[in-house]
Amino acid sequence: MKYAAKKIGMLVITVLLVSFLTFMAFQLISGDPAETLLGTAATPERVQALREELGLDRPFLVRYGSWLLGFLTGDLGESYSYRQPVWELVAPKLASTAALTGISFVLITLLSLPLGVLSARVRSNVADGIRTAFNQLCMALPPFVLGVLLSWVFGILLHRFMPGDFPSLTADPAGALRYLFYAAVCIAVPRIAMTVRLLRSNIAGEMQKEYVLAAAARGASPTMILRRHVLKNVLLPTVTFLGQTMAEIIGAAIIVEQVFAIPGIGRFLVSSVANRDYPVVQTIVVLLAFWVVLTGTLAELINHAVDKRLG
Amino acid sequence: MKKKILALLLVLCLGCSLLTACGGKTNNGPTGKDTPTGSDRAAANEITVGIAQDLDESLDPHKAVAAGTKEVMFNVFEGLVKPDKDGNLIPAIASEVNVAEDGGSYTFTLRDGVKFHNGEAVTMQDVLYSINRNADDSAGEPLIPALSVIADMTAEDNRLTVTLEQPDSDFLAYMTLAILPENYDKQDTAPVGTGPFRFVSRTAQDSIVLERFADYWGAPAKLDRVTYKVIENAQGLLLGLQSGALDLVSHLGSTQTSQLSEKDFRIEEGTMNLVQALYLNNAEKPFDDVRVRQALCYAVDKQAVLELAFDGYGHPLGSSMFPAFGRYFDGSLTDYYTQDTEKAKALLAEAGYPDGFDMTVTVPSNYQPHMDTAEVLSEMLGAVGIRVTILPVEWSSWLSDVYGGRKFQSTVIGVDASNLTADALLGRFYSTASNNFTNYSNAEFDALYEQAQNTFDEDAYTSLVLQMEKNLTENAANVYIQDMADLVAVRKGLAGLQFYPLYVLDAASLYWADTAVS
Repeated sequence: MKYAAKKIGMLVITVLLVSFLTFMAFQLISGDPAETLLGTAATPERVQALREELGLDRPFLVRYGSWLLGFLTGDLGESYSYRQPVWELVAPKLASTAALTGISFVLITLLSLPLGVLSARVRSNVADGIRTAFNQLCMALPPFVLGVLLSWVFGILLHRFMPGDFPSLTADPAGALRYLFYAAVCIAVPRIAMTVRLLRSNIAGEMQKEYVLAAAARGASPTMILRRHVLKNVLLPTVTFLGQTMAEIIGAAIIVEQVFAIPGIGRFLVSSVANRDYPVVQTIVVLLAFWVVLTGTLAELINHAVDKRLG
Repeated sequence: MKKKILALLLVLCLGCSLLTACGGKTNNGPTGKDTPTGSDRAAANEITVGIAQDLDESLDPHKAVAAGTKEVMFNVFEGLVKPDKDGNLIPAIASEVNVAEDGGSYTFTLRDGVKFHNGEAVTMQDVLYSINRNADDSAGEPLIPALSVIADMTAEDNRLTVTLEQPDSDFLAYMTLAILPENYDKQDTAPVGTGPFRFVSRTAQDSIVLERFADYWGAPAKLDRVTYKVIENAQGLLLGLQSGALDLVSHLGSTQTSQLSEKDFRIEEGTMNLVQALYLNNAEKPFDDVRVRQALCYAVDKQAVLELAFDGYGHPLGSSMFPAFGRYFDGSLTDYYTQDTEKAKALLAEAGYPDGFDMTVTVPSNYQPHMDTAEVLSEMLGAVGIRVTILPVEWSSWLSDVYGGRKFQSTVIGVDASNLTADALLGRFYSTASNNFTNYSNAEFDALYEQAQNTFDEDAYTSLVLQMEKNLTENAANVYIQDMADLVAVRKGLAGLQFYPLYVLDAASLYWADTAVS
């Protein structure tokens, strides 16, 4: 219980801090929502009128306070760029991003664990060379380039999906998931490569330890040692790493959503920052902060479950 | 050992095939029947257009400001008159327009049987409401300040007579303002107009859907439905065209159009109808010296800029006016300055900068054509000893620092005209104009401008406009470059694209020539 209270306390502090810093950041950079909305049609009078309408003429702390009050009472405000309640705009996009990151995470977990173990077991100069080169390539590929490449091969050459025509998640879930799958591959590839490398080096490190030698001396087969002892010890850092990955995928989603033209929160965040649409930015940033804290906590909980010694 | 390598490779292959297999499982075949391609849409008589930015926060045509919004909503709204593709104003909601001999009053006859998209008939009340809404100055500046010229409006049966304070040859251009139903308060999100297409839906940062309006008074639109898809990055738009998701994309660059296959697409070339220039802050040192500004003009080879950054596309310009303005455009000014580095250096020395100087060019980084132009200009200016630093900024920052705040040295941007009046382009160089972001201040120009405001004779007015243009060129207000080419990728089979002298896309004239599109 004490643990839960501590975590919730941390969550509240993080969200508060992050939302305040975001609010502050907009205070420091140039660009104003009213001026952006009015564009080249802006005149000082019109800007002033719009600023008053949007409540931007109030002092910084008052605006933050009123946002916070609204947030705590479940009112996320109205988007400046769309004049619609923020939640109505964000909710459908959140669904796309959740599906995208979900598929990515499943791909990463399902593929990197067996591949990592396998690559630790298969050791030869040739295999090492191929593996290292392939691994480096996968990690080095920027998501933007990989995204364009995947769209080209699977969208235009093979007609597996139609880049630029994302089907609605509610009207055509199967089509939407298929579309998201290719974007998810784009996010997953570099992270699978990283996880595989981590697993491999951890397993290799573990295999050098004395208990492994002792077990081998007792006549246990390498497979048995790997399964019984090594994997359990290697699992802890891997779960932590996957927890971090979970948080990171959101970052990758921002770029991938743009390449694949997926209406998700990453892409929405970028355009909202460009438009200085504070209410939308605040909401998305808080959601992301919440997500990061949550995945970190989840990874910790799993580690506790796996190893009771961590107390 | 070999076996193990083989095993590893096999697993890798398996992994790869797994990745692709689950993706294809639900697919009905190579043509992707469940997602409509170009040919499916031709059969359904609809198209999907890719646009690079989402629309304004409000779809109310009186409040919308972005050119991209007007480009789309042109199909939904009409005024008493509307522009045709040659820039003439033709009757729309008014069936007839009579101008009094002295130009002091206009009589509009309302067309019979014009209906709004919600089924209601357009009444004189709606017309008066729409004009008054734009002229209303009770909350400070009206939406269209030029409407202050209206002295009186009298409605009689289906005739509206507008009396002006003084004759104004630009007046009719403002009567393109959209006529909206008076008792309707959802214009922001569910706009209602009288155009050939009616608004169906909008999904933020995703799409806008329009459908043919069956009760349109004029020649009906040929397509049943037009979907606008928002895809912010150029690569995404290109992929959308190639995959078959999009049928038409405007404002592409030549590097993008060259990647499209000629088998599937036709590239049509129009003009963007804007004045792209290296705009100089005339109040800022060293650009407050006319010799320095002229030196910059002599340092630049416009044609070379077009060749290097635009594959030769574009129309070079010499002043703040572009060819679509017809009689107001003076083509001879284009070659007023021809590249002459020696002359440029001499002018710089005369102005007290024999060794050149450092300058910054602030460019909105989301506009690649302007970034490319700045790169080329920086090379050319470097040749006469001017050391250029390019400062890429966000669009928001550009609007507030450069355009609103005038805190800049120079910038590369395209300035367009909000309507077909000369004032829309030249008014911003009047020394005290609120949109005079280059701080241009020239007594002769101001005098010409004031004189033009009080000139009602068409020829005399035109002559004044030409003199203002020449004034800008002679005093090197800015380093004028070009009216950029507007390259439009159109799927083969889709016909009827028309270029307007305004930033609009007329969807009503588009049609599928034959449904057998490959």
